[in-house]
Amino acid sequence: MATLSKNDVLKLAQLARLHLSEAEVKNFQGEINEILGYVEKLQAVDVNGLEPTVQVTGLKNVMRDDVVRTYQALPEALLKGAPQREDSSLKVKRVL
Amino acid sequence: MDSWESIESLVASVKSGGTSAQALVLQALENIDKGAEFEAIISVHKTAAIERAKIIDKKIQDGDTAGRLLGVPFIAKDNYLSFGGETTAASNMLKGFKAPYQATAINRLEAEGAICVAKANLDAFAHGSSTENSDFMVTKNPHDTSRVPGGSSGGSAAAVVLNMASFALGTDTGGSIRLPASFCGAVGYKPTYGRVSRSGVVAMASSTDVIGPITRSVDDAALVLDCMAGKDELDSTSIDLDVSLANLKPELKGKTVGVIKEFMGEGVHEDVKRVVNDKVQELSAAGATIKEISLPSLDLALACYYIIVPAEISSNLSRYDGQRYQYSDPTATNLQDSYVLSRSKGFGVEAKRRIMIGTYVLSSGYYDAYYKRAQLVRTKIVREFAELFSSVDFMVSPVAPFTAFKIGENTDDPLQMYLADVMTVGASLAGIPAISLPAGESQGLPIGIQIMASQGSDLELLSFAKAVEGLGK
Repeated sequence: MATLSKNDVLKLAQLARLHLSEAEVKNFQGEINEILGYVEKLQAVDVNGLEPTVQVTGLKNVMRDDVVRTYQALPEALLKGAPQREDSSLKVKRVL
Repeated sequence: MDSWESIESLVASVKSGGTSAQALVLQALENIDKGAEFEAIISVHKTAAIERAKIIDKKIQDGDTAGRLLGVPFIAKDNYLSFGGETTAASNMLKGFKAPYQATAINRLEAEGAICVAKANLDAFAHGSSTENSDFMVTKNPHDTSRVPGGSSGGSAAAVVLNMASFALGTDTGGSIRLPASFCGAVGYKPTYGRVSRSGVVAMASSTDVIGPITRSVDDAALVLDCMAGKDELDSTSIDLDVSLANLKPELKGKTVGVIKEFMGEGVHEDVKRVVNDKVQELSAAGATIKEISLPSLDLALACYYIIVPAEISSNLSRYDGQRYQYSDPTATNLQDSYVLSRSKGFGVEAKRRIMIGTYVLSSGYYDAYYKRAQLVRTKIVREFAELFSSVDFMVSPVAPFTAFKIGENTDDPLQMYLADVMTVGASLAGIPAISLPAGESQGLPIGIQIMASQGSDLELLSFAKAVEGLGK
């Protein structure tokens, strides 16, 4: 059974772009290990010959014509939700 | 007002001039005010709702009475994008967010003349079973303010029971409509996956997210669902089953009902078992054939769910990066910091916990052992349901092993909280329709019965549920 160390938790947080407080690291380590322990029962299941279920609709490749359409929201309305913008672009902090 | 009449009779009164859309909206607003202590509502769309009601009343005066929900006020869970106010998903991340477009479901209800009067509280981003994970406030159970309303659609269920509107909308990823409906004493309907477009609803776990109504009766649920259902080009997983859900034909005689053995045993509150058993007895007396059935894979459903769902959550919530939607940490000096600080401050503890689990089960080296294995086990669960539905028309079980628990009782133990979903996640993984119907009570707290049907059998399920609802009346 996999057990997460404190370093594993910190690495996961980094992957998920989260900064965790000392207390969060400690709590998450215990809680996630408990949850991983609970889901461990799946390892014993015989899954031979089964295909993974990705979705349950039975739909396949829902296609549409590749054309520009006007939907409910115009670009201007969509941009309004962004914290910072310049003209028709999202503005972000410097990369480096 | 003691309680709202059926939607059908409200609409009839509005059309005949017996009441008006404005009067109904004002009644809803008054009841929302009266129930403020329950903290079921995040925001009230007062101005927009009154404005819409005036327009509808004017149309009626001019002789245009089209609309199956004409003038009927409703409340949407605050993860539905709607005009007329903010859409927050009860999260600090989206606090203040004005939706640039509306959910298809809301557009379709409005097209039938319904009026959104308010937005209901939820566990932030719908992550939870008690509404305690809201970043803003904890909704109280209408029957006992020291207890939770269930979740994540706790505000919606409480609002219906508190008569704050005629009906409410919820979302159900693993039980989030059915559990609060059971805890609060309302009808909660989770349709077949894909039956209603998810466009404009804040995504949680895309492979099990469905949206549905919380109402006072099965007829109301069927009508609201019928108005929302059907293919939508904005959600490519939506399906058109081309069946009207509005005209139910209640029938119990000759139906075969499977009682799920695994959910009537140890660990289930005695009163919950009593209420379900009593209902099963009534069904039998009314001419239904009762069978005890076993779904051995259901024991795996919760474990399967708590891998697949966090995985999809970690992916869906990656869009909240401080650059595109609402909250952005002002102290960040570069882009990387802005991602990290915005997410760390904008997400509450449960969102972070699920993102962490999801990131883990999807990470290189663990993907096969966790995520892929859960998808394989999911296939087993889906097949087991499908096979059993060849020998029974419906399955019944409790909605949850217990009644509404105390506020704070499970907040320190996430795994214990997750166990509240143990009886509801199976239907979510299988994509089948399921309903929570009020069936009894224990010490003043409501107990619901869950009825499930095969994929696509929404009309059959609602018809059957209506017959069950009529038992003993």
